[in-house]
Amino acid sequence: MKVRGKVFRYQDNVDTDVIIPARHLNTSDPNELAKHCMEDIDKDFIKNVKQGDIIVAGKNFGCGSSREHAPIAIKAAGISCVIATTFARIFFRNSVNIGLPILECEEAVKGTEAGDEVEVDFATGTIKNLTKDKIYKTQPFPEFMQKIIQAEGLINYIKGGSHEF
Amino acid sequence: MGMTMTQKILAAHTGLEKVVPGQLIEADLDLVLGNDITTPVAVNEFNKTGLDKVFDKSKVAIVPDHFTPNKDIKAAEQCKMVREFACRMEVENYFEIGEMGIEHCLIPEKGLAVPGDLIIGADSHTCTYGALGAFSTGVGSTDMAAGMATGKCWFKVPSALKFVLKGKPQGWVSGKDIILHIIGMIGVDGALYKSMEFMGDGLINLSMDDRFTMANMAIEAGAKNGIFMVDERTIEYVKEHSTKPYKVYEPDEDAVYDKVYEIDLSQIRPTVAFPHLPDNTRTIDEVGDVAIDQVVIGSCTNGRIEDLRVTAKILKGRKVKKGVRVLVFPGTQNIYLQALKEGLVEDIVEAGAVFSTPTCGPCLGGHMGILAKGERAVSTTNRNFVGRMGHVESEVYLASPAVAAASALTGKITDPDKIK
Repeated sequence: MKVRGKVFRYQDNVDTDVIIPARHLNTSDPNELAKHCMEDIDKDFIKNVKQGDIIVAGKNFGCGSSREHAPIAIKAAGISCVIATTFARIFFRNSVNIGLPILECEEAVKGTEAGDEVEVDFATGTIKNLTKDKIYKTQPFPEFMQKIIQAEGLINYIKGGSHEF
Repeated sequence: MGMTMTQKILAAHTGLEKVVPGQLIEADLDLVLGNDITTPVAVNEFNKTGLDKVFDKSKVAIVPDHFTPNKDIKAAEQCKMVREFACRMEVENYFEIGEMGIEHCLIPEKGLAVPGDLIIGADSHTCTYGALGAFSTGVGSTDMAAGMATGKCWFKVPSALKFVLKGKPQGWVSGKDIILHIIGMIGVDGALYKSMEFMGDGLINLSMDDRFTMANMAIEAGAKNGIFMVDERTIEYVKEHSTKPYKVYEPDEDAVYDKVYEIDLSQIRPTVAFPHLPDNTRTIDEVGDVAIDQVVIGSCTNGRIEDLRVTAKILKGRKVKKGVRVLVFPGTQNIYLQALKEGLVEDIVEAGAVFSTPTCGPCLGGHMGILAKGERAVSTTNRNFVGRMGHVESEVYLASPAVAAASALTGKITDPDKIK
């Protein structure tokens, strides 16, 4: 499983209030949410983002509220993967649960700038910065996590499996 | 190697003798919680399962508190969807407007959280119930859906930080100042993925309301949960509010902590978090001249009766500064009623403040107190992120009810000791 796209670069402690401000939480429609994704820290994000693009950020990405609307908005905006130094724990769970791939890799974060072209292979945990011709290795996704992402989320994955409700 | 309080509760709910940090477990849940923002997403996910009932209708709680009373048509539609789901699933702990409150004030008051419980909630401040010696943690909507379906949730067993509290808080210092001080010390990711466990001789000097406030903000240090050692005061609270069986867990003597912090409560000063992160703290003595436009007192962090008592004590017989908007939100209907009976509402309203129905509204910039461009608020809430309470160029300063009430009188951030 591979993705490839252009990088949007952010700093430390990007919180869920800026990923999707609460004033837009009166809907749970992914496409509506995507229209406002990142607008409080990067007004141009939604104008410029293309399907497959990648967010790269510093530590504690997704801190704050538990709103699943945050990874939903990022995913619906077309982002194929988020790479950060660390993730806030609820955001981490939520991303896995809705099938948004996320990776922790400090080296890749340090070596990547906005606009770089990056390719990620989840099965091997390889992050390639094609612009800078650099390769970074991180933990590959465990098989179950790859399956959750392929199933587009935890509930579909559970439904398709042997888990009993 | 012994276990922490958190690890013991997780082990007990997984049927294991022992768990170790990093271990992945699937644990049984005592309560699954959601609100009007997170439950709609959970309902959509739950419906995909095709199930027609939740795992246990007495162990699900749904509280419409964020955009209620409904702030607009879209919010009304979301609340309607949540209400219909609760009705169809016969959820026993659905609390409609009139009987509701801000979820994290309401759940303990209703006796739904007791020592030793394992609770998940689709709201990050679910960690509040750690004040009662429970393991409780915020999750997302999909986890809420899976929890309602199966009564289980997977966890990675956390390591822990230990906070040994000693001494007695002085003057106006409250649980809010203590937790802001701690977050300022360890940072907004200082407890990332970990438990924060509070214990020590100083505990006796902290009321339950202080402890709720402190456990509530564990998430602002990135923690998975905050948990307090159970003492007589906890048991007294539980007996007063609940008939549920409970179990007290204490850490093993040889429990392993990543780090131990000793906090002398007598040395803590009233503390304010400047924009735009809760760890950007200064003591009241270092604040300088910060003029404000609005004061918000309330929320799941500071909407309890003691918070209103402190507010009324400072406002009583005085007037809020002309031009400053002061909004006070009790946490629940019961707290509202108690404040009425004690005459606090009269003191607050006569001073020139607004006294509202319970809602999360202004804390997250939802409704009932949005800030315009360039405006500043002192707030007893829990987050001061960019745009949290309104315009992206507005500012939120986090403080205790005492500092917020004192600031209401002067129009700038003020040490309550300076109010004569």
